[in-house]
Amino acid sequence: MALHPEHELHRRRSGRNVGLALVLLAFVALVFGLSIAKIKQGDLMQAFDHRPRATALPAEPGFTGGGPAANPVAAPGTPAAALPNARVPAAPAATPEVKP
Amino acid sequence: MTDVRAYEGAAAPATAATGAPEAEFGDYVALLKPRVMSLVVFTAFVGLFVAPVHVDPFIGFCAVLFIALGGGASGALNMWYDADIDAVMHRTRKRPIPAGRVGRDEALGVGLFLSGLAVVMLGLAANWFAAAFLAFTIFFYAVVYTMWLKRSTPQNIVIGGAAGAFPPMIGWACATGGIGIESLLMFALVFFWTPPHFWALALFMKEDYHAAGVPMLTVTHGRQATRRHIFGYTLVLAGFALALGLTSIAGPIYLATALVLNALFIRGGWIILRRSEEQATAHHYRAEKSFFRLSLIYLFAHFAALAVQAIVGTW
Repeated sequence: MALHPEHELHRRRSGRNVGLALVLLAFVALVFGLSIAKIKQGDLMQAFDHRPRATALPAEPGFTGGGPAANPVAAPGTPAAALPNARVPAAPAATPEVKP
Repeated sequence: MTDVRAYEGAAAPATAATGAPEAEFGDYVALLKPRVMSLVVFTAFVGLFVAPVHVDPFIGFCAVLFIALGGGASGALNMWYDADIDAVMHRTRKRPIPAGRVGRDEALGVGLFLSGLAVVMLGLAANWFAAAFLAFTIFFYAVVYTMWLKRSTPQNIVIGGAAGAFPPMIGWACATGGIGIESLLMFALVFFWTPPHFWALALFMKEDYHAAGVPMLTVTHGRQATRRHIFGYTLVLAGFALALGLTSIAGPIYLATALVLNALFIRGGWIILRRSEEQATAHHYRAEKSFFRLSLIYLFAHFAALAVQAIVGTW
């Protein structure tokens, strides 16, 4: 079987394909990193329905049950704060952090 | 090897028919006007960095990246629409579309897709106010400037310059979710810097704009009027640059930088104003070229000073 030298066209197409692959990989990494950063600063909520995950919220003092906190603490402006039994601290925790 | 034979034979693609090589990856990057993007990246970064609200570094990085992508997308839309002008002008005739390496439809597709992607991703990364601002900026550059003003009025550079002035405001909006006097003054700094910068370029690249029929001030009102305009804008610009020095994001470093650079800029504008066309031609437009180079340093140094000021502390 004869070997054919690579054509200029192949080199250009290969360059485009490699470039696009790198861009897509970078985009995936970016979205992943963005998700992590958002989750770290975001509200505690379940992904499937964006409802606050009560088990992850700080429980009411004295609450010893294994189930969801009956009276969760929620940051103002978050979905958890909209719960009927949520305790919202008076301090504006959701206000953007101001640089010193 | 079948596709190669087709490329070389009668059924060759359009690019082969025109004798131009098929596009490389770099041609698609060139569609995004990387040099313009560098200005967008820098000013947007400073706008975000000097804002009084802390932003997660990775989110800030993503926000600046998506602002730059939006700027690049509007550049692709500009190249799509201006392909006829670009083919005439010496400075732009080697761009991917006039050179035949990328098709116009392809550039339009890239521009529209990346515009949508940049806006949505900025909304998800930062906030939807900033995303809407970016969408408006892309619209402003691609439609208001490129499709409308550029070919219809000698004030094209003045009003179109707003598109290039929005990035620091978008960066600021990414952090704060709104607009402030500081971001408005950063906008004014780039907005009033743009006309003298491009008019100086037009003074020593006159044949290009004549040939393309773009109504630059040099073409419609003459070169002496352009010189007067350049000087006038350096005075207005100095007012806004110094006013920015009195805001909460500035400090002694910025103010000292602004004082020195504006004095130099006004001096450069004055020299341009005092020169006749004969003198300029005899000196090979040395003063105009020098003013153009100074304008690049001027903008970079002002924003760099703001960034340094944010690190060492403001007023």
